[in-house]
Amino acid sequence: MVDVPLGPTGAVAPADVEDVELYHPHSWVTKYVFSQDAKIIAIQYSFVALSVGLIALVLSWLMRLQLGFPGVFSFIDANAYYQFITMHGMMMVVYVLTALFLGGFGNYLIPLMVGARDMVFPYINMLSFWIYLLAVLVLVASFFAPGGPTGAGWTLYPPQAILSGTPGGQDWGIVLMLASLMIFIIGFTMGGLNYVVTVLQARARGMTLMRMPLTVWGIFTASFMALLAFPALFVGAVMMLFDRIFGTSFFMPAIVEMGQPLDRNGGSPLLFQHLFWFFGHPEVYIVALPAFGIVSDLISTHARRNIFGYRMMVWALLAIGALSFVVWAHHMYVSGMNPYFGFFFATTTLIIAVPTAIKVYNWILTLWRGNIHLTVPMLFALAFIVTFVNGGLTGLFLGNVVVDVPLSDTMFVVAHFHMVMGVAPILVIFGAIYHWYPKVTGRMLNDTLGKLHFWVTFLGAYAIFFPMHYLGLMGIPRRYHDIADMSFVPPSAHTLNAFITIVALIVGATQLVFVFNLFWSLRHGRPSGGNPWQATTLEWQTPETPPPHGNWGKDLPVVYRWAYDYSVPGADQDFLPQNQPGITRTVPGSSHG
Amino acid sequence: MAEQALTDLRTTHNEASGLRSVAADFSSDRQAFRNVSWGKAMMWIFLLSDTFVFSCFLISYMTARMSTTVPWPNPSEVFALTIGGVTLPLILIAIMTFVLISSSGTMAMAVNFGYRRDRKKTAVLMLVTALLGATFVGMQAFEWTKLIHEGARPWANPWGAAQFGSSFFMITGFHGTHVSFGVLFLLIIARKVWRGDYDHERRGYFTSRKGRYEAVEIMGLYWHFVDLVWVFIFAFFYLW
Repeated sequence: MVDVPLGPTGAVAPADVEDVELYHPHSWVTKYVFSQDAKIIAIQYSFVALSVGLIALVLSWLMRLQLGFPGVFSFIDANAYYQFITMHGMMMVVYVLTALFLGGFGNYLIPLMVGARDMVFPYINMLSFWIYLLAVLVLVASFFAPGGPTGAGWTLYPPQAILSGTPGGQDWGIVLMLASLMIFIIGFTMGGLNYVVTVLQARARGMTLMRMPLTVWGIFTASFMALLAFPALFVGAVMMLFDRIFGTSFFMPAIVEMGQPLDRNGGSPLLFQHLFWFFGHPEVYIVALPAFGIVSDLISTHARRNIFGYRMMVWALLAIGALSFVVWAHHMYVSGMNPYFGFFFATTTLIIAVPTAIKVYNWILTLWRGNIHLTVPMLFALAFIVTFVNGGLTGLFLGNVVVDVPLSDTMFVVAHFHMVMGVAPILVIFGAIYHWYPKVTGRMLNDTLGKLHFWVTFLGAYAIFFPMHYLGLMGIPRRYHDIADMSFVPPSAHTLNAFITIVALIVGATQLVFVFNLFWSLRHGRPSGGNPWQATTLEWQTPETPPPHGNWGKDLPVVYRWAYDYSVPGADQDFLPQNQPGITRTVPGSSHG
Repeated sequence: MAEQALTDLRTTHNEASGLRSVAADFSSDRQAFRNVSWGKAMMWIFLLSDTFVFSCFLISYMTARMSTTVPWPNPSEVFALTIGGVTLPLILIAIMTFVLISSSGTMAMAVNFGYRRDRKKTAVLMLVTALLGATFVGMQAFEWTKLIHEGARPWANPWGAAQFGSSFFMITGFHGTHVSFGVLFLLIIARKVWRGDYDHERRGYFTSRKGRYEAVEIMGLYWHFVDLVWVFIFAFFYLW
């Protein structure tokens, strides 16, 4: 299937596309600051995204301090608490995870993995980063604006998002948030078009779509989805800005605020929820699919075994991507929409479990009888599988209307989505950084620090989020500033909350070990050589490490096989790089194998 | 079929037809869309994304129109003009639509002459397209002015549901912005054509890439898209 030699002569198809014209920077500024090189842009994206991640991490500490020790920290009043929630959520989902996976990993890995010299439009790619940075600055500016950032919750539901009772509702907060989102979407569109077109139109000779590493498939599918999902958020943001600034009533029904009827009527708050979740649900998979792809490559490489069911893995990615556009209203079971919708959306939601299960089984079967190396990236990849299955199982509860209704807006929901789209993708991000750091810098990250970081993060994440399921089942609501006075809450729940907070502080602090490792290894890490993991994919076969501008030197690579030729019987070494001609074999599990 | 395509990539591609050729293209190396340049592929995918933006706008408008508690104004009356004592419903919109559709025609001719390397005719036709586009935006400005004088605001209007004005200013404004950007880029590309940039493969100021006449066609794709969107806005906002 995937590694049949191209053409009867065994040769590779002739080059009928010219080599690209590459932009050549002339000064330090155009080389490292306003750089058009996808690799530099990737590092810029990652650095900004990780910095935003640290801010969002501190915000989560502040929330946990309030929940664990209510009333002890007087500066965390109800308003501040809601502001922290909102900013933590929006930052993590959009400005960290999306930007890191697509802007960071996408920029670094796509051109290298498909054998291109750069993205197809480097100039637009550069603009994408600077617009993203602008969006981040606008967002962070809201901390310093009068009234502070918006406290509307990361879903920004109207009408409360733009009413005076909500922090930032009638101040700058919500305006800056919406503006920042719109700027982010414009910037992302520039990047996303680049990622998609590079994968479709700029691959190396011999690199067919079905020979691409799953990392590229994941990032490609996610980018394409993002191009179709972000428009809904964009439109929602425009309309809410109209409501907030011009006093229109797109989302505002007739409403009484502080005893005063407002001059609004006839709008539909539900409309915003539909727009938001038409973006919001695909967004979950925009974050998850790159993680799926990366984890497939990590597992295959570190278990020295070809990925099981490659073709099914690709189709599962595409199926999940397509299905994720028809499940959005499962976030709205208690919103008061037509109950028949609930039936439809519960059905589509549960259907998504099929391709997802295919992926999980294939990961496990890849590991089966593999030569598993428990390297730091592999530990993170294995942890991802466990965490993702856990988070996915609670998704089955929340996907069913009757089970969801009593669980809505409890800590169970918080536990579910943090497991499935918080912890799981972050674990992959860490694994991927440990895996690709040697390619980016030429040095290995410190192994001991890495293992310390892994175990504390992995076990800690479970200690934090597992108990939340119980709190949720007990009926502890989420987004409540203070539950101390609720009579149905037993003292043990408060003890548990304090425990969670302490663990969260420890896990958060451990991330500093990781940050330290990133900087320390830059100079003191063990030199890695070009291919420390003995991986097959193209980015490890570059003539120099770190790859220079243009990636490949004089000649572009030529691809002769798929990305997963590990432990091939009869081969001299236990991996065959994609650009190595010679030995071919039939892949087990292929259609004519 | 896919195996066949892979085993003998080149020949299959040449002989295949219909769905088989689609499969052959997608299973080929280097390019999924054969002989489609990067710029053109990028524009098509951007337009797909933009389609979602306008669809969301139009669907939101329809939702607002259906859920509002106050009756919707009658567009035929609101957008009527009295010319020489005769009240003509939608007359300005009809002229605007005619102008914009005509500009699509001149754009298509520009693309045609571009591929014939006819520098002057291409540039002139692009300028005519830009002029028609600017006329459209100008008439839209006139329409806005007229409605604002009559008391229409985004948050209220004298004829009925407030969402009428909100949707009107938002959607036509967003479309008008698209047309304005289109005019701007038409002028830039027309200048490049006129100067002979594409004949001499002069490098772009920002991108340092060689210029090609294909830029005219890519510009055309965008322009036709903006026209097509207007047809939907015309149908759903003015005729409904």
